[in-house]
Amino acid sequence: MSRIGVFICHCGENISRTVDVERVAEEVGRLPGVAFSTDYKYMCSDPGQTLVKKAIQEQKLSHVVVAACSPRMHEKTFRKAVEAAGLNPFLCEMANIREHCSWVHENREEATVKAIDIVGMMVERVKKNRILPTITVPVTKRALVIGGGIAGIQAALDIADCGHEVILVEREPSIGGHMAQLSETFPTLDCSQCIMTPKMVDVANHPKIKLYTYSEIELVEGYIGNFQVTIKKKARSVDEDKCTGCGVCMTKCPQKKIPNKFDQNIGMRTAIYVPFPQAVPNTPVIDRDNCTWFKTGKCGVCQKVCGPGAIDFEQQDTLIVEAVGAIVVSTGFDLYTIAEKPKGSPIKGYGEFGHGKIPDVIDGMTFERLASASGPTGGKILRPSDGKEPKQIVFIQCVGSRAREKGISYCSKVCCMYTAKHTMLYHHKVHDGQAYVFFMDARTPGKSYDEFWRRSIEEEEAVYIRGMVSRLYQKGDKIVVMGNDISVGVQVEIEADMVVLATAIQPQKGADALAQKLGISYDKYHFYSEAHAKLRPVECATAGIYLAGACQGPKDIPETVSQASAAAAKVMTLFSRDQMEREPIVARVREAGCVGCFACKKVCAYGAVEEKEIRDRQGNLIKIVAYVNPGVCAGCGTCQATCPSKSVELDGYTDEQIIAMIEAL
Amino acid sequence: MHSENQKHDFEPKIIAFVCTWCTYAGADLAGTSRMQYPSNVRVLKFPCTGRIDPVFILKAFQQGADGVLVSGCHPGDCHYIAGNFHARRRFAAFRKLLEFIGVDLGRLAFSWVSAAEGGKWVEVVTDLTEKVRAMGPMVEFKDLALEEQWSGVINTPELQEAYDAI
Repeated sequence: MSRIGVFICHCGENISRTVDVERVAEEVGRLPGVAFSTDYKYMCSDPGQTLVKKAIQEQKLSHVVVAACSPRMHEKTFRKAVEAAGLNPFLCEMANIREHCSWVHENREEATVKAIDIVGMMVERVKKNRILPTITVPVTKRALVIGGGIAGIQAALDIADCGHEVILVEREPSIGGHMAQLSETFPTLDCSQCIMTPKMVDVANHPKIKLYTYSEIELVEGYIGNFQVTIKKKARSVDEDKCTGCGVCMTKCPQKKIPNKFDQNIGMRTAIYVPFPQAVPNTPVIDRDNCTWFKTGKCGVCQKVCGPGAIDFEQQDTLIVEAVGAIVVSTGFDLYTIAEKPKGSPIKGYGEFGHGKIPDVIDGMTFERLASASGPTGGKILRPSDGKEPKQIVFIQCVGSRAREKGISYCSKVCCMYTAKHTMLYHHKVHDGQAYVFFMDARTPGKSYDEFWRRSIEEEEAVYIRGMVSRLYQKGDKIVVMGNDISVGVQVEIEADMVVLATAIQPQKGADALAQKLGISYDKYHFYSEAHAKLRPVECATAGIYLAGACQGPKDIPETVSQASAAAAKVMTLFSRDQMEREPIVARVREAGCVGCFACKKVCAYGAVEEKEIRDRQGNLIKIVAYVNPGVCAGCGTCQATCPSKSVELDGYTDEQIIAMIEAL
Repeated sequence: MHSENQKHDFEPKIIAFVCTWCTYAGADLAGTSRMQYPSNVRVLKFPCTGRIDPVFILKAFQQGADGVLVSGCHPGDCHYIAGNFHARRRFAAFRKLLEFIGVDLGRLAFSWVSAAEGGKWVEVVTDLTEKVRAMGPMVEFKDLALEEQWSGVINTPELQEAYDAI
């Protein structure tokens, strides 16, 4: 007979406000097999845990049910406590009477009845729990970092500096990401390139970092400590080992009018190119869609002029498999393009702002390239249409952001600050120009941020107009911007030479596809979800995968760098041990019943099911049965639901346990 | 939204089979966001919808559930790569069987609720509860249990004859 202990938590008054905890303890105490039942204000606190431990020893409890918050919150806490008292941790279960009960129901009677049911269900379940031994697995002390922007670079450097190997994978031909595109950074106006490029070079020169640029993640297999990652290295058409980065090929390439994505398509590049002069690695890529050789089979000028003979038109995409123990995802952001509505996207475009139709309506990133000394205009603010200097410039904030009716309800966080920066850069470069900003609210929390914003108004003469723009149209070579100044309640009309839109920050395109490969969750905008919003902000719910930067939500550079270092610290915590314990929730085959149909093998997504021969003492084959490799099994249990003879069982979720729970209802 | 003061003649019993990664987390989010929904639902947590054996659904109905909800990760988002696809296929076939044996399919709902969709969880649970409430208690299995003998007693001449022939 089991001696079950039930511990009901008040959670301050989070639970006890709607659930009559004393009544729950009393009623559950009468269930067969329950030897002890009590309630306490904070079960997870030190005295609470001591109460559990003491009861186990004094009452000689065989199983424990803690009725408190979600097991996703404190299951580990209580299993540890139970283990400390000498019980196997898997003989402890949690009944979720907070998230699933007290917080979602107002009626005290209904909530109490439900709580009794939930605890009763777990009592029946725990009776069927078995002692499970923990499984230890080796940890591969190599990390994978996906995305080579400032987040990925910081994480890779931190991990590598601790002496662990890092694989850094970047989709573009060069690392650097969006930060490399910026001109100057708020709130100190230091040049982005000056602080970014040394870090990029550090990555390239670091003996512990293996860099794969122009590469993408193809497949991710395995689990924490033991991932197998397949990386697709796209054909560069240039041999990286032979290329010296002299750049002669680029000067001779006859295709010179291809819009450069790095310059937001306002600058031009050649078909063989590096995205920007400080690129790391400084090895060019042939853009096969625009190269004369690949289009017509003639030309080959780059091959002729290349001294080391590095040009290789025959190069193919290659697949590389790397074993890693931890993954940092830092894929960053993309800007919401109002010119085109992505297919199938719930997010609507902004027809009224003329982006993509009026050439002098540009987005913030394009302005960064105009203001950048290494940009297509050499740092001069010039209109894309006629190359004239704009004397009246209008900035519009919250384009896409905080616009529920357009499909995005969040704040993009950095636009207030970068628009303030833009007005300053503009004022520094066009002394006789005037900047106007249409804004809803100025959100400037951060060290020295509000001072910076005030400076743009008080010293740099930007005129801030609170209100949104209603209409914008081309009139001759001017753009007429009509809006409402709600602080004084008048209509405003500005004849501008150029309009800059602070468009919303979105996750990178394809963020959802990558999440599916990694098995991590994301929200409706495709930002990746952290395991806990406050207490585990850099970890994914999937063990061994960590988040850094704007792929998790809009972030500025200081925050991104902090999160990247935090993710690196988490990786190093994992790497500080040679072996790690994993949950023993794995499938086991009951060989006596297995008929060897291998239906389980067909449904196993991990290839954990192997064939095992059973022989008698003379060595004659009796039968072939399934065997689940506990190191590979992820514990989904699909095999168990599939098995026609019910000969495979998932530890921790056995049929016995589930049926007991259903029968308790 | 479920009103506290509203009194109903019949409170249906709803059992939800959910996966731990998406829907269970989504239900947790509904809790952390203090959303309100009817208290009729009892949640059973599975690692993955792929683990949910259709037998559990029958068992739930047999134990007196008036409605059953199965919910997991959106297709393509499965934490275990493809478990929810197996579940989807399995339940597509199982629904046919359930219909054949005479269970109103309105009592069985399938949905995809992600970890970020607390609001959707509330919607799904509220909809099913109200729907089943309107349908009334599930009596098919109880009637069946009364009609047929599950006790193993041999009490008809045909059975006796068959037994004697063994």
